[in-house]
Amino acid sequence: MITNAVVIASAQGRFASATERASADHAAMNIPADEAIIFLEYLRDAQDFNFLVDVTAIDWSAEQTPRFTVVWHLYSSVNHNYVRVAANCASDAEPSMPTATTLWPAADWHERETFDMFGIKFTGHPDLRRILMWDGYPYFPLRKEFPLAGLPADLPDYEVAAETGTRLISAPMAGGPFVATPGEPMSEAEPRAKDEAWSEQSEKP
Amino acid sequence: MVTANNELAYNSKIEGDVVVTQADAAINWLRSNSMWPMPMGLACCAIELMAVASSRYDIARFGAEVMRFSPRQSDCMIVAGTVTYKMATAVRRIYDQMAAPKWVIAMGACASSGGMYRSYATLQGVDRIIPVDVYVSGCPPRPEALLDALMKLQQKVKRERSASKLLSA
Repeated sequence: MITNAVVIASAQGRFASATERASADHAAMNIPADEAIIFLEYLRDAQDFNFLVDVTAIDWSAEQTPRFTVVWHLYSSVNHNYVRVAANCASDAEPSMPTATTLWPAADWHERETFDMFGIKFTGHPDLRRILMWDGYPYFPLRKEFPLAGLPADLPDYEVAAETGTRLISAPMAGGPFVATPGEPMSEAEPRAKDEAWSEQSEKP
Repeated sequence: MVTANNELAYNSKIEGDVVVTQADAAINWLRSNSMWPMPMGLACCAIELMAVASSRYDIARFGAEVMRFSPRQSDCMIVAGTVTYKMATAVRRIYDQMAAPKWVIAMGACASSGGMYRSYATLQGVDRIIPVDVYVSGCPPRPEALLDALMKLQQKVKRERSASKLLSA
C-alpha cells in the first residue's frame, strides 16, 4: 500500500514546484499551470496513475484572484490509489489551461464540459465545443455569478423561437432551492421548516 | 357512440347494412379509439409509459397501443419526461411533423411545469412550446393516471366539431 505521503514526497522529489494541497482523503498537490501537463505525464508514467477519473474546475468567485483552478483526478489501477492535482489559471478574465488530451483521450469530453460550465479554454484541445449547452449559449452556468434559475437568452433554434415566441426564462424558484442547510438542527435545516407559503402569484411575506 | 343496437332500433335484415349517425360522431369515434401515440420519452416517465403499454395496464384496451416512432404516423404526442431547452427545439420540430389532427399529453410534473428542475437548462413546462391538451400530475405518474389522461383526451376529442373543421380546413 502506497501512502499519500509517499506519493507526494516522490512527486516533490522530481518537481520542486509541486506543493501539498489540503485534502481530507487522497493525496493532493498544487502545480503551476505551465508545468501541469508534464507533471500529469510524470504521474501517469512514473507513478502508474494510468486512469483519468475526472477533469473539473473551481470558481473561487469574481473577487478572488487567481479565480479559476483546474482539478484533475487520477487513479492507479496498479496501486489502487487516487491523486488529485490542481493548477490555477493565470488569467481571471480569459482563463486557459493546456489540454490533457495528449495524455488521455478521455480528457476530451471532460475538458469540453469544463469549458462549457466554466469557460476555461483548453489550449491544444482538438475539438473544444460546448457539450451540454448548445453552441451560442451566452453564459457559463457554473460560474459563481450565474444564478441557478438561469438568465434570459434565446432558444437554440431560431425557427422554433420565431414560431413559438418562446425564450429562455429565469426559472421561478418559488422558495427554492429546497436544500437543507448544513450545521443546523434537522428541525430547522429541512426545507419544510422554511417559509414556502409564497409562490409566483403571492409575494414572499 | 355509434354502436348499432340490433334489438331496439336497428334490424339489419329489414334495413340493410346501414348505420345512420352524425358525421361528427362517426369521425370522433374513429379518432378517439385509434389514437396512436408518439412516445416522446425523455426521462423516468418513459418507464411508466412503457408499463402502460405492457400487459398489466394495457393501453391497447383504449386503442392507443400502437406506439409510432415516426411523427408522420402518430396522433398524440405523450411528452414523458424533463424537457431541456436543448431538447425543446427537437420536441417542437417533431410536433410540427405530426399530421393534423394531433394532440399532446404532458405526462408528469417535469413536462407540465418543469417539475423539480427549477434550473437554467430546463424548459419550465412543455406548454411554452407546444399546445397541451391534458396534463398528468405525478413524479412519475402511475400508469393508471396516464390511462385516465387518455380517457380524458378521448372525451375531449368526442366533443370536437370535426366535420365542420374538416370542411373549413
